[in-house]
Amino acid sequence: MATKQNALAFSGGWEYAPAPESTDHIEVASRYGLFIDGDFVKPEKGRYFDTINPATEERLSRVALAGAEDVDKAVKAARKAYSSVWSRMKPAERGKYIFRIARMLQERAREFAAIESLDGGKPIRESRDIDIPLAAAHFFYYAGWADKLEYAFPGRRPRPLGVAGQVIPWNFPLLMAAWKIAPALAAGNTVVLKPAETTPLTALKLAELIADAGLPAGVVNIVTGAGATGSAIVEHPGVNKVAFTGSTAVGKHIQKALAGGRKSYTLELGGKAANIVFADAAIDQAVEGIVNGIFFNQGHVCCAGSRLFVQESVADEVVEKLSQRMETLIVGDPLDKNTDIGAINSKMQLDKIRDYLKVGEAEGGNLYQASGRLPKKGYWCRPAFFTGVSQSSRVVQEEIFGPVLAIQTFRTFDEALEKANNTPYGLSGGVWTDKGAKIFRMTQGLRAGVVWANTFNKFDPTSPFGGYKESGVGREGGLHGLDAYLRLGE
Amino acid sequence: MVTAADRVPVAKTYKIYIDGKFPRTESGRYLALTNKRGELLANVCRSSRKDFRNAVVAARKAQPGWAKASAYLRGQILYRVAEMLEGRREQFVAELKAGGVSAKRAEQDVDRSIDRLIYFAGWADKYQQVFSAVNPVSSSHFNFSVLEPTGVVAIVAPDEPGLLGLVSNIAPAIAGGNTLVALASEQEPLSAISFAEVLHASDVPAGVVNILSGLKSELLEHFASHMDVNAIVCCEGGLKHRRQVQTLATDNVKRVVFRIDTDWRDAGAQNPYLIRDTQEVKTTWHPIGV
Repeated sequence: MATKQNALAFSGGWEYAPAPESTDHIEVASRYGLFIDGDFVKPEKGRYFDTINPATEERLSRVALAGAEDVDKAVKAARKAYSSVWSRMKPAERGKYIFRIARMLQERAREFAAIESLDGGKPIRESRDIDIPLAAAHFFYYAGWADKLEYAFPGRRPRPLGVAGQVIPWNFPLLMAAWKIAPALAAGNTVVLKPAETTPLTALKLAELIADAGLPAGVVNIVTGAGATGSAIVEHPGVNKVAFTGSTAVGKHIQKALAGGRKSYTLELGGKAANIVFADAAIDQAVEGIVNGIFFNQGHVCCAGSRLFVQESVADEVVEKLSQRMETLIVGDPLDKNTDIGAINSKMQLDKIRDYLKVGEAEGGNLYQASGRLPKKGYWCRPAFFTGVSQSSRVVQEEIFGPVLAIQTFRTFDEALEKANNTPYGLSGGVWTDKGAKIFRMTQGLRAGVVWANTFNKFDPTSPFGGYKESGVGREGGLHGLDAYLRLGE
Repeated sequence: MVTAADRVPVAKTYKIYIDGKFPRTESGRYLALTNKRGELLANVCRSSRKDFRNAVVAARKAQPGWAKASAYLRGQILYRVAEMLEGRREQFVAELKAGGVSAKRAEQDVDRSIDRLIYFAGWADKYQQVFSAVNPVSSSHFNFSVLEPTGVVAIVAPDEPGLLGLVSNIAPAIAGGNTLVALASEQEPLSAISFAEVLHASDVPAGVVNILSGLKSELLEHFASHMDVNAIVCCEGGLKHRRQVQTLATDNVKRVVFRIDTDWRDAGAQNPYLIRDTQEVKTTWHPIGV
């Protein structure tokens, strides 16, 4: 794909001066214990692991590795807090604690944003404008539900489930913690949460904040570790509800582990969203939507618009404008406010993305990748897309979880819908057209839990989120997100 | 004048119901159903995995059309099912009695089945309003969440009550726009099979409801593992079966609903949350402004 010479030549005299977010105001301890029963405690076996900055490959801190015995302590603390304090507290008072978390997060938003970008590699613009404000908003939204639950479920008497075991991914570390903790607490449950092993810091800072907020000990417990720690939570007999966000493969594993038991579960799993652009769409806006759909957060987004379907008559125009736009995207220092695409979260993820780039080419796809300099150290991937791929291509079928888009074309509405739904996933989708009737027909036809029309990758605490088919079970966010944390008796 | 004794009654062949037709099981196998005195009531079909797969194909084919049918129409069709059952009330009472249910209970069960159909007929165009939401997002977008049918649902009906238990699980699934394959009670399959005739006479499109008779021990694993089934509603089985169902269901992240301890004769056994069990929430966003 050749870029037109008369296009915006940002690579020439248009250098941006660096605009780094300062980090002198943040405090990251050299070592973190496990947050159990209101205190940071040492792990029983004394093991720790490094959490590194993916943009520099330097260690940020050492974090406790929780074993089964630590998880057991955390679950017992959560149980005790549930029976002796949290389930007995007046709902309105419970709500006030959650409101307090929301307010304190807002107060400390800048610090949390910087740490999120340091630990996870996402651009500061995103952690500052999206992750942290949304996390605070989630706590604020669910806080208000605490004393109004009976209005959410007509004819039922909602009751909490008990102890919720929650395992979250590395792509939106604090935001996912908020998605999990806020509704659980509002519904009257207590929590044992495990952040991802590559991004534990903001969850640990949240633990500090929760202690500062004066929540009763044991209501929220945060244990760090990798897959084994997550399994220990999921399989612990003292856990009443499991909430997981992550890959479909691990989600199925969890569903199997829970088979035959009485634990309820919600799963937010993978996706391979179709983003469909009709010829009558506002093309420039659509191109922005495509960019936001797949390159937001380095493409580490389960609902990323990773399959683009463009109507044949505008395909050349869209692909050309897209490649030009991609040339202007700045890949680099996550803490720089000019950065559009930050660091890939981990070496492992970068290797996986690179593998898919090779696979796509080996299968006959045409790879286009933006040019531009990359920092010497750290994990980076230039934004990329494939054309000339088919429905059966692995880069079309499998979740890459990186800044790699697969582009296909279509002629008719029915063809677009058929191709879009031809995947085991069903998390999200997008449609771009100026015709209202076409929007409704497409948004109704897509088998996906979240559909964006003439926009993409928008989130809100009041808006339910979750997948059809193999993209998960249950919803998070909004009134519907409460359901997962309640027993609906008569 | 011909007396009863002079006339040989015509016995009914109990077949299965797939895609709006009444085939015999492709397996050619049967289960001899007897009454308490050991007299043969009927040879019912012992459905096979192949029958089930055929039924799923029919249910999938019927799915988009039924999901698109208006809520009003789905309600009217459910109401029509109730009308047909009311008209054949005596037949169903007799069938239940022949299977060993007391006269009083048989009458009550048929009446409750009819009333349950009416109940869900009324919900067909109301549950959406109860469970949907317009979400007040902070950005300049119009955002709403609605319910859509999960798709193809596999139902393992309760063993008892044979008719009422089946009706109580079929009605909410189809009120919500799903299509389904149901495995009838092993103990009381006769009224279930006859209920298929009622559905057949009630404008329920072919393939929307498919009813099999057979053995749970043979069919449960296929109900749980089929990759083109979106949800399984299971009303029977101990811990071992629940584990089996949930384990197999993971292969395509099937929604698993257990209704094990429900008293289907109780008024509490009918509520709109039974519809919601086999629904997906879809949230749609659109910008406001130009």
